[in-house]
Amino acid sequence: MSVARTWRTRKQRYALVGERCDYCQNAIFPPRDVCPHCAEPAQKEFALSGRGTVYSYTTVFDPPTGFDAFAPYPVALVKLDEGPMVTAQLTDIMPDQVKIGMPVEMVTRKLNEQGDEGIIVYSYKFRPQLQRQALAA
Amino acid sequence: MRPVYIAGIGQTPVGEQWERSLRHIAHDAIIPAMRDAQIERADALYVGNMLSGELVGQEHLGALVADFVGLRGIEAYKVEAACGSGAAALRTGYMAVAGGLHDVVIVAGVEKMTDTVGRETTAALAMAADQEYEAAEGVSFVALNALLMRRYMYEYDIPHGAFGYFAVNAHHNAAGNPNAMFPNSITLESYRKATMIADPINLLDSSPICDGAAALVLVSEDYARSVGNGRRPVRIAGSAVATDSLAIHDRRDPLWLDAAFISSRKAYQQAGVSIDDIDLFELHDAFTIMAALSLEANGFAERGRGVRLAEEGEITIEGRVPIATMGGLKARGHPVGATGVYQVLEATLQLQGLAGPNQVENASIAMTQNIGGSGATILTHILVGE
Ligand SMILES: [Zn+2]
Repeated sequence: MSVARTWRTRKQRYALVGERCDYCQNAIFPPRDVCPHCAEPAQKEFALSGRGTVYSYTTVFDPPTGFDAFAPYPVALVKLDEGPMVTAQLTDIMPDQVKIGMPVEMVTRKLNEQGDEGIIVYSYKFRPQLQRQALAA
Repeated sequence: MRPVYIAGIGQTPVGEQWERSLRHIAHDAIIPAMRDAQIERADALYVGNMLSGELVGQEHLGALVADFVGLRGIEAYKVEAACGSGAAALRTGYMAVAGGLHDVVIVAGVEKMTDTVGRETTAALAMAADQEYEAAEGVSFVALNALLMRRYMYEYDIPHGAFGYFAVNAHHNAAGNPNAMFPNSITLESYRKATMIADPINLLDSSPICDGAAALVLVSEDYARSVGNGRRPVRIAGSAVATDSLAIHDRRDPLWLDAAFISSRKAYQQAGVSIDDIDLFELHDAFTIMAALSLEANGFAERGRGVRLAEEGEITIEGRVPIATMGGLKARGHPVGATGVYQVLEATLQLQGLAGPNQVENASIAMTQNIGGSGATILTHILVGE
């Protein structure tokens, strides 16, 4: 993504800032200005907690341009506790340890590097919830 | 609205066409289609294509291709709806003839995917998904389908091996199609051993990257009477498009192809047919999971039962719902923006009794369905042989 586009989505990538609809109260992520549930305008910012569970997962062995250095890496659809689902990479876990339903939390990690002249892009990734891990141990 | 007929067809073999450029393969499909329909001019040309800008560095395909096939001067432009571009071009041509604006329209689907290296093509295909919130996270188009397949296997408790019946059927049928990319038979055993590309999707779950072009000549009823190449007239009896969210994470139920449900219901109604009347179904088996989800959303199988339909042999040429009768996306090949036109061309061959060893007996009503992205644009057409 271009520098401007990365900058424009910084609140989403660093802090999972979405929206909450004033009319139906649903949480929305990514932000989209019109509520997908009731089609009313929705522009009130709302930061999601970053906690959720794995809805589905896979491993990317054959990455698109820009992600070569990181492959293979696990990715998932994460169902956030507030309702929305997000597509993201998983981190701090081996691909074969991922399970559907596993509790995960958002962390900020390096997403990719755009060469010597380009920027380094950071974004949300999800790791197993530390607290739950501790409790389980 | 006026009835619309398919008066001529043309196609190139699907595969790696190193010696031919994008414009050449368009030519190689359009000229035979014009000869087949016995026309020398057309009122308009609509070119279905997804990736020419990204993979060939060429946009503005309408004027380019019109000029290149000797039709300089006519109305022409490109139609894009990701992997659904081919059927979107067909829909545009259909509306022009049905609405009375044109009497003779050429619809071509064309894609050149082999001029670039793998990673560039992978990145380009991900443009069918949400660039800011799916692709930007490094999630490839294959991976998006893998997320659906994993969840499907989990929810319905279906082992990966069961999806192999889709791949085996597609390869079996491709053997009878001289234009197919993979006319080699495979077994359930080779399916199980295929290389993993984004688990649980392996190489034989996935359609190949390739080049190809297909073309159709659409004409009004009056014009159809005046030309005629002696073959059974094929009418486009239903044509419908519906959309869904671009991103899978924005769907209410990721395992339900709502746009397939909506567009197929519209097309059935428009054609005045019920699902039991359909003799064959050219579906969008870009991945085996998509074949299962399509069978379910269109009403051929209950939810979670699409794979069982394949397992029970109902999807073969002799079965209750023959699919991928000429190899499908899996084995004929999936030159993305051309695929929707190949599907309709193959259904036309079936309705005219010209499908050779793959002929579905007494076929008179066919359905085709072309999908853009992971279900965001779905186009359904119903063809009737008269
Ligand atoms: Zn709302």
